[in-house]
Amino acid sequence: MKTKSIMIVGVGGQGTLLASRVLGHLFMDAGYDVKVSEVHGMSQRGGSVVTYVRFGDSVASPIIDEGQADYIISFELLEAARYLPYLREGGKLISNSQQMDPMPVITGATVYPENIEGRIADLGVDADIFDALTLARAAGSAKAVNIVLLGRFSRYFDFSAEAWDAALHDVIPAKFLAMNLKAFESGRTSA
Amino acid sequence: MKKLLLGNEAVARGLYEAGVEIASSYPGTPSTEITEVLSKYRDIYSEWAPNEKVAMEVAFGACMAGKRSVCAMKHVGLNVAADPLYTMSYTGVNAGLVVCVADDPGMHSSQNEQDSRHHAIASKVPMLEPADSGECYEFAKLAFELSEQFDTPVLLRLCTRIAHSQSIVDVGERTAKEIRTYEKDPTKYIMMPAFAKRRHPMVEARTRALIEYGERAPVNRVEMGGTALGVIASGTAYQYAREVLGDSASYLKLGLVNPLPEQLIRDFAAKVDKVVVIEELDGIIEAHCRALGIEVSGKELFPICDEFSQNLVAEKLGAAVPAGRKFDGEVPGRPPVMCPGCPHRGLYYALKRQKCTVIGDIGCYTLGAAAPLNAVDSVLCMGASVSGIHGFNKALQTDSEHKTVAVIGDSTFMHSGVTGLINIAYNESNSTVIILDNSITGMTGHQQNPTTGLNIHGDPAGKIDLEALCHAIGIRRVRVVDPYDLNACNEAIKEELAADEPSVIISRRPCALLKTVKHKAPLEVDPGKCKSCRACMRIGCPAISFKGGQACVDQTQCVGCGVCEQLCAFGAFKSTAKED
Repeated sequence: MKTKSIMIVGVGGQGTLLASRVLGHLFMDAGYDVKVSEVHGMSQRGGSVVTYVRFGDSVASPIIDEGQADYIISFELLEAARYLPYLREGGKLISNSQQMDPMPVITGATVYPENIEGRIADLGVDADIFDALTLARAAGSAKAVNIVLLGRFSRYFDFSAEAWDAALHDVIPAKFLAMNLKAFESGRTSA
Repeated sequence: MKKLLLGNEAVARGLYEAGVEIASSYPGTPSTEITEVLSKYRDIYSEWAPNEKVAMEVAFGACMAGKRSVCAMKHVGLNVAADPLYTMSYTGVNAGLVVCVADDPGMHSSQNEQDSRHHAIASKVPMLEPADSGECYEFAKLAFELSEQFDTPVLLRLCTRIAHSQSIVDVGERTAKEIRTYEKDPTKYIMMPAFAKRRHPMVEARTRALIEYGERAPVNRVEMGGTALGVIASGTAYQYAREVLGDSASYLKLGLVNPLPEQLIRDFAAKVDKVVVIEELDGIIEAHCRALGIEVSGKELFPICDEFSQNLVAEKLGAAVPAGRKFDGEVPGRPPVMCPGCPHRGLYYALKRQKCTVIGDIGCYTLGAAAPLNAVDSVLCMGASVSGIHGFNKALQTDSEHKTVAVIGDSTFMHSGVTGLINIAYNESNSTVIILDNSITGMTGHQQNPTTGLNIHGDPAGKIDLEALCHAIGIRRVRVVDPYDLNACNEAIKEELAADEPSVIISRRPCALLKTVKHKAPLEVDPGKCKSCRACMRIGCPAISFKGGQACVDQTQCVGCGVCEQLCAFGAFKSTAKED
């Protein structure tokens, strides 16, 4: 199988690393070659963060470049706009509608762009933008936004519920598992 | 068994299976997880050392005693440890000794973009470079074999995209190593001139033997495909080239990057029409090829600066580059920031208010340099704040002494700040040093250090008493403040700057991200009281934004530190805690 590329983007601290590791396990368990690339250190302190997940028969590069992502899963709306050029023609964007002001907006040096959702739609991008934060809170924690988004992503992706369940069990610590399974389910099935 | 492992985890697994017994390191992105993972194997000894030089010398002592040993560090850490490295090259080893070093092309979390292969060349120590987690695992084992076979420390070079990428590794079991006995051997282990003169020719002979090894060893491999183009590459650059060119080109994939083979390269070049060397950072392989008289292209196509990607390789080789759709409009940047509740914030705010010149250092608190605090004047390397302020004050004397401070974290102070403070006390500059004691090594992800009283496993350990240490050095004025208390910070800074002798302020409060820290209820803004003065926006707290002309607290982020509350002249901030 030709290598497929999934980017997970968000704000440092939102749990992108954990989400990418769930995907890594999902694809490994299905028998694919996998590479998951993360960045640690300074950018994790509230900066823009990106992880790359690639799988297929044999994966060479650990990263994804512009015009190459089959899917972008964005945890925050401005980050969806930032990484949009990485989406390939015909790729799909799945994004949380939550907005978090970056420091240049907080200091008043610039403003948060208006109507990101509409402007992405105007470009003809196949996008599913929804309120993952509310679903995460309903599942028990605002921190479960990452898993709600994976649930949403699972709709567009041909892996069984059992395979997802196994990957979530592989990666998520036991004491948070029940809440995260609920978060996943709400992302997968909510309107 | 197949596992999905980070390059760093795979290195640790390989070292463990190869029988490593002693690991000593100082954390540094992107190398930290090597030692963190090793620490989970409780049947081996592991530790955080105060700095990389100490760590390397610990590993040397242990290998001399007869046990396989390792130390791991980031690229700039190897500068700190360069002194033992260059002479360990002469002594060689008893049991195997592996030095893991992680470069950071693109500077994701570093202050420079140095290429650690230069250290391998200059110290005449062999260096292996893996290209994925599977090779991290294999090369870690091979490194110990080579170390003992060639009587040398071995460098294992990673870079961010290898260290922090996960791929599949087929792991095995640990094999017990027979412990070598230590035998006194002055001509090998005492590097004074007479003995070192006898060792140096042995180092040169070893390098020739390693070149011979590299000519045939599977660690350097030729992969023949199309012969119009031959690529010589290692590490990530090999992966990017493979991604772009697939089987349309041929590859000489180098795993032993120092010393480089000669005949292997000549033979490969003879099989292809054209040779291109693709290497991140400096043109080291390229220069080697040219010195052999082989015509190659390299840095005239590929940049020296920044990390590579498949699109960059495609573009430089004239292949098609995919393009995406760009968002129509400005996308504001999102630089890293100090976390909500970060104890450094209050202290920096006080420094900014007093218009201090701040000689900075390496750690989370480097982020005080960013807007809106803009509170830092310089950041060079680990420990440079404490030594630097002494020089600054010696140069400007009373013009700077009463308005300049050095800031340094607890872990960085232990790493190499303490020697600078000794210089301040000894050579008598009127300098004020602020130790930002957040009781952890923060930026690298919470490692213990000599001031925390806990060891690498989180078990009780020796605890260095910072106040007593500063006193013992000869600093008489040592005081502790809580950085959440702005008035106390202001007062301490004012008084210590005014004093006519060196002083140390310990700004002490644990990192807000530590699991042991209890957060208070988040604050909220009373819209009736907020006068839109924006005073609270001056501290750069990511939990505070301005919405509809008023301050607004994001309660998912706020940890109730109360610094903003102290800035508000109108009492608009209040706790959301329920009153009893």
